[in-house]
Amino acid sequence: MATNLKTIKWKHFVNYIAVSVFTIIFAVMSLTGFLKSSDMYMLEKIAIAIILAVSLSMVVGFLGELSLGHAGFMCVGAYLGGKASLILEPIIGEGVLCLLISIIVGGLVAAIFGIIIGLPALRLRGDYLAIVTLAFGEIVRSVFMNSSDESFGGALGLNTPRYDKYTLFIFAFVLVLLCLAVVQNLIRSKHGRAITSIRDNEIAAKATGINVTKYKLLVFTISSFFAGVAGVLYSFSNYTVQSSKFNYNYSIEILVMVVLGGMGSINGAIISATLITFLDVQLQTILTGDLAVLQDLFYALILIILVIYNNAPSLKGFREKYNLNLLLTKFKKTHDPSHVHDDEAKWDRVPTKIQMDEVLSVDIQPQSSYTPDKSDKEEK
Amino acid sequence: MSKIVFKTENLGISFGGLKAVQELNLQIKEKQLYGLVGPNGAGKTTVFNMITGVYKPTTGAFWLDGENLTGKTQEAINHKGIARTFQNIRLFNNMTVIRNVLVGLHNQPEFKCGVVASIFRLPSFFKTEKAMRKRAKEILEIVGLLDERNNLSCNLPYGKQRKLEIARALATNPKLLCLDEPAAGMNPHETEELMEIIRRIRDDYNITILLIEHDMKFVSGLCDEITVLNFGTVLAQGSPEVALNDPEVIKAYIGG
Repeated sequence: MATNLKTIKWKHFVNYIAVSVFTIIFAVMSLTGFLKSSDMYMLEKIAIAIILAVSLSMVVGFLGELSLGHAGFMCVGAYLGGKASLILEPIIGEGVLCLLISIIVGGLVAAIFGIIIGLPALRLRGDYLAIVTLAFGEIVRSVFMNSSDESFGGALGLNTPRYDKYTLFIFAFVLVLLCLAVVQNLIRSKHGRAITSIRDNEIAAKATGINVTKYKLLVFTISSFFAGVAGVLYSFSNYTVQSSKFNYNYSIEILVMVVLGGMGSINGAIISATLITFLDVQLQTILTGDLAVLQDLFYALILIILVIYNNAPSLKGFREKYNLNLLLTKFKKTHDPSHVHDDEAKWDRVPTKIQMDEVLSVDIQPQSSYTPDKSDKEEK
Repeated sequence: MSKIVFKTENLGISFGGLKAVQELNLQIKEKQLYGLVGPNGAGKTTVFNMITGVYKPTTGAFWLDGENLTGKTQEAINHKGIARTFQNIRLFNNMTVIRNVLVGLHNQPEFKCGVVASIFRLPSFFKTEKAMRKRAKEILEIVGLLDERNNLSCNLPYGKQRKLEIARALATNPKLLCLDEPAAGMNPHETEELMEIIRRIRDDYNITILLIEHDMKFVSGLCDEITVLNFGTVLAQGSPEVALNDPEVIKAYIGG
């Protein structure tokens, strides 16, 4: 039993350990001068992508709501955090303190926007919530675009202070760990169970006494807080914030990371965020000049291949024969089923079968038994 | 004479011109097994939807332990002590059996643990989590699903899914448990078992039970008192023998 508990704990912390180990390796490399500045920039981008993907996976994968405004919350965080750092810089200098305060400011403002948007929007389901959040993202973007030069820089963008390049990515990965801890601890608690129960069956969750509105708002707020944090990191990593970056496509890109990693899987979101960002950066450096047009093509091709590989029925045999789990079990000791710990059922991958179209469709909750009455009610 | 736990007065709802339920007066005493029967479309499930807050009644009101709960939200009514199961099973399919019950225990005051305590993994988190699991196992024991606790709820056979729904409702510590066709789709052996479980729930936990059922043998074998509905109106009320032999009731069921 004791050994069993140990393996469970190990499973729980595997992503923290992986992220920390990678961070330490890269930190050592950076301090000894092995790392090019372009690599460090890529690592910053990866950290930002992970924070975004993990926080969005909370809304899409665990709460079962579709939000297309994640870039909008990030935009709010980037501008407000950047502005805060500009104001703070002359007072306390550019240092960890300035970065820290800016991150808190950016995160909190994004969280407040999350509440403001969430309160009315979370009454809507499926497509409608997606449309409202999408509109929010676009509105935020154009508001910052049309701001005056003195306030947020307008179309030219806001120039933010520089932060030491050699340590920013370490700081970013510490924030990744923090984000992981908050999201995972929340999901792996009674509140997490309440959140996933809303995804599985909202009507039953209500009848079981779960305060659906409260939990939807909580998840939405935490998710937008981390989007804001990612935004501040972005502004520090790029020295400039331009609103055109936070467009609809960027929201979709974050969503792709979540979907590709498997909905309701935090580890999957981390891996796919890392891979997609890595791929993106590499393609940008390799394909230059006339070949630059191929960037999007390759990117799209790889995504299509991944999706086909994961879903095509004819590849089922191949997938079952050669997959990672099977390879891993060869190295593992055989599992004694009589020793299964209570509810071992993988904390980090809450068993989920929801598909993309299920989240997209309005009638995710089959309300068959109530529909006739509802239409009657509307007539009245 | 035990006291009245739940009563409705003149309860009714209409959807547009359709009067789905009218002038329903129920008086359910403590620890009573009360049956609600009637042909298809009689409005039985609509009654359940009204007293659990899914629909707002257009006329009348209902009281639990002397407290008027009319017009409250589903969550609030559940907190006050009315729990229900569904006619078409609504479990949390992607969760294990024990976790379904744990969701039911979510709002129990003895298992309080805030969001902050959960995120920072304070000692209170581990304490409540352990206590919740212990309680959940006790509840699963009652309905006989303890051995299935680590299975996904969608992989359970139909009869066991119904039992799990009862367990989940029971976990919310209700005063009144509303069961919507608990025996539907069960074989005679399972039905026997279910009757035993329902009796035990009532006796061990002092829970009053209101149930909808089509199986007349089940109803007359289990219920102390029944109300027969047809087209939203009450046809007969009383003990099963009296109510089911009422000429009006026989006419509604057999026709003529």
